[in-house]
Amino acid sequence: MMAKLNDKPLLSARNLGKHYGQRLGCRDVNFDLYEGEVLAVVGESGSGKSTLLSLLATELRPTAGAVNYRMRDGQTRNLFDLTEAERRFLLRTDWGFVRQDARDGLRMGVSAGGNVGERLMAVGGRHYGRIRDTASDWLNRVEIEPERIDDLPKSFSGGMRQRLQIARNLVTHPRLVFMDEPTSSLDVSVQARLLDLIRGLVSELGLAVIIVTHDLAVARLLSHRIMVMRQGRVIETGLTDQVLDDPREAYTQLLVSSVLAA
Amino acid sequence: MSAVAAPQANGYNFAYLDEQTKRMIRRAILKGIAIPGYQVPFSSREMPMPYGWGTGGVQVTAAIIGPDDVLKVIDQGSDDTTNAVSIRKFFAKTAGVATTTETRDATIIQTRHRIPERQLTEKQTIVFQVPIPEPLRFLEPRETETRKLHALADYGLMHVKLYEDISRHGHIATTYDYPVEVADRYVMNPSPTPKFDNPKMHMSPALQLFGAGREKRIYAVPPFTKVRSLDFEDHPFEVQRFDKPCALCAATNVYLDEVVLDDRGGRMFVCSDSDYCEERRADGHRGELSGEAPGLHAIGGAS
Repeated sequence: MMAKLNDKPLLSARNLGKHYGQRLGCRDVNFDLYEGEVLAVVGESGSGKSTLLSLLATELRPTAGAVNYRMRDGQTRNLFDLTEAERRFLLRTDWGFVRQDARDGLRMGVSAGGNVGERLMAVGGRHYGRIRDTASDWLNRVEIEPERIDDLPKSFSGGMRQRLQIARNLVTHPRLVFMDEPTSSLDVSVQARLLDLIRGLVSELGLAVIIVTHDLAVARLLSHRIMVMRQGRVIETGLTDQVLDDPREAYTQLLVSSVLAA
Repeated sequence: MSAVAAPQANGYNFAYLDEQTKRMIRRAILKGIAIPGYQVPFSSREMPMPYGWGTGGVQVTAAIIGPDDVLKVIDQGSDDTTNAVSIRKFFAKTAGVATTTETRDATIIQTRHRIPERQLTEKQTIVFQVPIPEPLRFLEPRETETRKLHALADYGLMHVKLYEDISRHGHIATTYDYPVEVADRYVMNPSPTPKFDNPKMHMSPALQLFGAGREKRIYAVPPFTKVRSLDFEDHPFEVQRFDKPCALCAATNVYLDEVVLDDRGGRMFVCSDSDYCEERRADGHRGELSGEAPGLHAIGGAS
């Protein structure tokens, strides 16, 4: 079902930490992520999950530790030693970032086709017809009618915007996608369809995903492994089913029991 | 008033600006020439005219003009529109230099909207008045970010704009201020000249200087520099075409202005470059409407 996978980690965090002055963002985060693996980071608001995601996506600089990433050429590099040009290239080719609010992840004044085509043009695509064909193919894959290729995202529903964001990110065939609460602004039925779509694409493309969510159902549905965060630290980590069915930490137990049975 | 009669304020000797300011502007110009297409920040001065009337161009001209220069100023291709007349008078008064309306006689040409039809020479410098120097401005509002994009030559966004044009209009509908890539490196706004004039910038023998007063930027294209208009492989760059020749001088392959003649749909198309049109008519070229309407020759630019 998946592409052939490498046995070395794609990304590994070592003693990663971030202080905002005196205030703690997160600390002592260690994990390895392999190709094709989906890791969910769960925890309540303020637990440091978003800080962690920003660190991993190099949007913030850490105050401690390192994030090592295996580049497409097989070299493993510390992300914070990359030059700005290398970092940006990585961001628009090998990575994707699906935001909670589609308005942060899309260009709202640019048509759906332009949104999907942007990355192609950023890596040197200069053939209008081919860019458009690829864009329309991707719209189709995320279940947006290709006739809407010239419509602005403003005219799209919330669920469509999220799907457009996913198409825009996946068009360059990234190996790693960060997702920050991708479903939390959607109503339940739309959420279910989106999760189904993400799950399909992830297994089809062999994507590695780090997904931040406060919704344990999302974690259970999508992720292989889970990391529970509280007050800036990782307090429990393991296989998703194992952690959710048999939580070890008191806090995780509380978190799991606070979810309405679905 | 001649240059000699101008009041001798401290640190001033010629052409409106004080020597320190001219020195600062010249340094910016030199840097701009050294890095073709790169926008050099400079501390733009208040000028005795409003922003949008060519304060950037005027400062560049004031910094490079000398007593032996001959200045031509054009606005929309014409030498006798308000902006052109007032800037020409400004330099006649503050620098006492000779002015002309003839492209071939000018050593410095300050322009808004057009590059003359007559091929410029190595002895000439053309100064553009630029309202918005940043080609990425309407795609990326953050100045910190646009600077980074330029530094990294990260110009994918520019093509997003062209993509949007094609998807909306079926062709690249940007007709003026059409982005160009200079010397295989920087993407630059050519100021609001029609894209018709873009090919004239490529390998031009004349030095091209750009001044944006409000935005405080100077940039330059040195003589004989590659200037390529951005496009797609399957939607190549094209200039505007006109069905008819100029109604006054019968010139083809020039940029034409539409002139409305009456309230019954009557119109004519005439050269936007008034000097070029006049010169052709002096050489005996006649368009279909020349001679018929004696009052009209003024529209073509005969002042």
